[in-house]
Amino acid sequence: MNRQITRMAVVGLVLLAALIVGTTYWQAWAASGLADRQDNSIQRVAQFTIKRGKIYAADGRTVLADNVRRKVGGQTLYFRKYPQRGLAAHIVGYSTQVRSRAGLEDTENDFLTGSNTNLSTVLDTTFDKLRGTTVKGNDLHLTLRAGAQAIALKALGGKCGAAVAIEPRTGRLLVSVSSPTYNPNLIEDQYNLASRPKWGCGPLFNRAEQGLYTPGSAFKVITASAALESGKFTIDSTFHDPGYCIEYGDKVSNFADQNGPEVFGTVNFTQALEHSINAVFCNIGLTLGGRKILEQARRFGFYSVPPLETPVNERAISGVYNNHRLFFPKEDSQVDSGRLAFGQGPANADIKVTPIQMAMVAATIANGGLVMRPYVVERVVAPDGSTVTKTKPETLGRAVSENTAADVTTMMEAVVQGGTGTAAQLPGIRVAGKTGTAETSESHVNTTWFICFAPAENPKVAVAVVLERQSATGGTTAAPIAKQIMEALLP
Amino acid sequence: MSYRNRELANLFVVAIITGLGFASVYIARSDIVSTGSLSYALFFFALYLVAHVIARLAVPQADPYLLPMAALLTAIGVTEIYRLDPGNAFRQGLWIVVGVAAFAVTLLALRHDYRRLESYKYIFGLTAVGLLFLPALPVIGEQINGARLWVHVGSIQFQPGELAKIMLIVFLAGYLREKREVLAQGRLKDFGPLLAIWGAAMLVIVETNDLGSALLYYGIFLAVLYVATARAWYAAAGLVLFVGGSGLLYHFVPRVQERVSIWIDPWSHATTSGYQITQSLYSIGNGGFDGKGLGKGVFATTNGHTLIPQLNTDFIYSALAQELGLIGSAALLLLYMLFCLRGFRIALLAQDGFSKLLAVGLTFGFALQTFIIVGGVLRIIPLTGITLPFVSYGGSSVVANFILLAGLLLVSHRANSVAQLPMGGDR
Repeated sequence: MNRQITRMAVVGLVLLAALIVGTTYWQAWAASGLADRQDNSIQRVAQFTIKRGKIYAADGRTVLADNVRRKVGGQTLYFRKYPQRGLAAHIVGYSTQVRSRAGLEDTENDFLTGSNTNLSTVLDTTFDKLRGTTVKGNDLHLTLRAGAQAIALKALGGKCGAAVAIEPRTGRLLVSVSSPTYNPNLIEDQYNLASRPKWGCGPLFNRAEQGLYTPGSAFKVITASAALESGKFTIDSTFHDPGYCIEYGDKVSNFADQNGPEVFGTVNFTQALEHSINAVFCNIGLTLGGRKILEQARRFGFYSVPPLETPVNERAISGVYNNHRLFFPKEDSQVDSGRLAFGQGPANADIKVTPIQMAMVAATIANGGLVMRPYVVERVVAPDGSTVTKTKPETLGRAVSENTAADVTTMMEAVVQGGTGTAAQLPGIRVAGKTGTAETSESHVNTTWFICFAPAENPKVAVAVVLERQSATGGTTAAPIAKQIMEALLP
Repeated sequence: MSYRNRELANLFVVAIITGLGFASVYIARSDIVSTGSLSYALFFFALYLVAHVIARLAVPQADPYLLPMAALLTAIGVTEIYRLDPGNAFRQGLWIVVGVAAFAVTLLALRHDYRRLESYKYIFGLTAVGLLFLPALPVIGEQINGARLWVHVGSIQFQPGELAKIMLIVFLAGYLREKREVLAQGRLKDFGPLLAIWGAAMLVIVETNDLGSALLYYGIFLAVLYVATARAWYAAAGLVLFVGGSGLLYHFVPRVQERVSIWIDPWSHATTSGYQITQSLYSIGNGGFDGKGLGKGVFATTNGHTLIPQLNTDFIYSALAQELGLIGSAALLLLYMLFCLRGFRIALLAQDGFSKLLAVGLTFGFALQTFIIVGGVLRIIPLTGITLPFVSYGGSSVVANFILLAGLLLVSHRANSVAQLPMGGDR
């Protein structure tokens, strides 16, 4: 019988050995595939066992995202808390269980959970695991200035709109607010409350990076750049303004106040921008052709997603939209070149821009024509305080020559000194700016703009402000807000 | 060192491991090492000390490794059950006390000669069949998770199948010891009982809706039959019959069909019937090589809802695999292999046919049960709900396995005592 017993022993042990093989398959071979599956609830929960890194504003003290420890059934979980609530909600985003993640909480998740593959982080988390301590994620230090964010939000209070500020020489995003903002602490349990419209606008929508608006006269900075770059015009070129421009045989009138359309007579290029004369820009547009203007816009970053560390679906592309589809004309005749030149367009070829794109335009002029890649994550810092990565400023390309940039700066300074943008004047500081008052389909309901940078001779900050549904002009509505933001950012 | 001193030394090691295990769970759950963790370990040690003393009295020459290994397995089980739900761990602790009591009673009652059980083989056989059909009875029978394996009396529910398994093994050992020569001749008329048992196994599937227990009883039967008759083709024919029979039943029993289709592609049922197995696989995968650590695994949603149903019974292995990782689960499986090795060794050393068949039946049953449940969890075979011996939460299982352990020790003691007589001396 003993031979049979030995054989049965072999059978029994082979069966058990098969279990070791099976376990090895699931834990070594298939483990990563299992972890990536959508319905893996354990992985979803496991995210909450990690002490996520904190997110700090540029001062290194203001905590934008923090953790609260909670014990659930003997399990220690870390949930997100946003102590500053709506201060930078659209950039920071949220990390929840039921609504997943948004903003930097989504895109920087690997860093925040310590699952990035930088050697130092891998060693840290491995030691944490071996010691049995909670895995700690890396902290993010942002470029956002908490004080200026708060001032911008306050200034935008009661209005729907956005403000973006960029450091021209580096591309650092100093301010990015979307009004109304929302309280990210409510997303998990009180989503309806967090998403409830305020002042008639949805608060979750990130107007600063996703909002597409008609630029109006703020777009003239781009047209002026294209005109100067073409060599056909100089800063001293003279124009005659009859108060309108003829396009397709029709009159396109200047901006009208209660006295009817303004008429300026003979002006030079600077004065044309200073007073934002549509008729002059209309004629320039007809001379250059729409394609040329849009080529210039493309060099400023139009027709591509504005770079930033937030999720790509939380940023929108600026450009001409034809029935809500991005469209680059093959022929000048496919766009209304005259209207395009002053930032308006018919419905079938509508020029639409995001606030961050317009801030990039201002920053590029301020930076001598070089487009800097905007960024918001300054440093990733390991739990022990060492730097994991540091963002280096990066040039995206040249939009205009240094001479053109200098000329446009001079022209934009005139706007603030004696033109439509006097509300943005700062004592003792040279400010360059451009107003925009875009008509919408409703009469007397405008989208108002102000883009600017300062100090003009050594720019430290470039700002774009947009306001929805205004009855007044960009110079009276948006420029004062831009001024407050500049004041907050300049030393 | 004598057998029992060796056993005592091993139990000390187990006590230390148990203390460490409880301490880690305590630290993970409450960030403190409370005396509670140590009292659990001390209680455990004291309990096994009692078992040891009884073994010293009743079976001094028995294998010294089985009791410490069983102790370690129950300790691993209680630690994980405690980690999942402290209340259940307390109940499981009580069941282990009952198990040790059953162990003591079995040893003391049969210490002179367990072989007299052979004369009661038919009583055992009939009782086993009776027990197996208990869950099918209207009032006390209970269907849990689609399988009729439970009996409900008052507030106590138990799986009679666990006890029936051991009785069936006693019956098989006795019956086949007696009929082995006759059966080995291979006359057709002698196959009556074999076919009857095959029929019974099929009936059990239909009755309990459970492929796993049928496979277990039938597998034990084939193993003992093979060892008794030395006819490999009996076992092969029996296996073919079983596969054929289950193949046929597959078409008639919807639950078996469902189980098989979940087994083939759990992910297409991931939100419904395949939820349990897929989440269990995620749990195992999440353990990775080194595991999350005791008390650090994820078994609940952020609201505290359990992610995997039946985690502390059928799926205790996937909980352990997540927290202990590949290293820990492989160690656990090696422990089962060692237990079986000692069991088969006892069968080899036993002097008489009944003892050999009994030891083989008990050991192979233990191995096969481990394979069926862990293999089901690992998707090697279709999943069926039976317990992981000594580890799963559940009273009937713990008590039955302690009786199984007592049986192996009884056989071992006798084999070693007889073997020692001519040689003398202590080993």
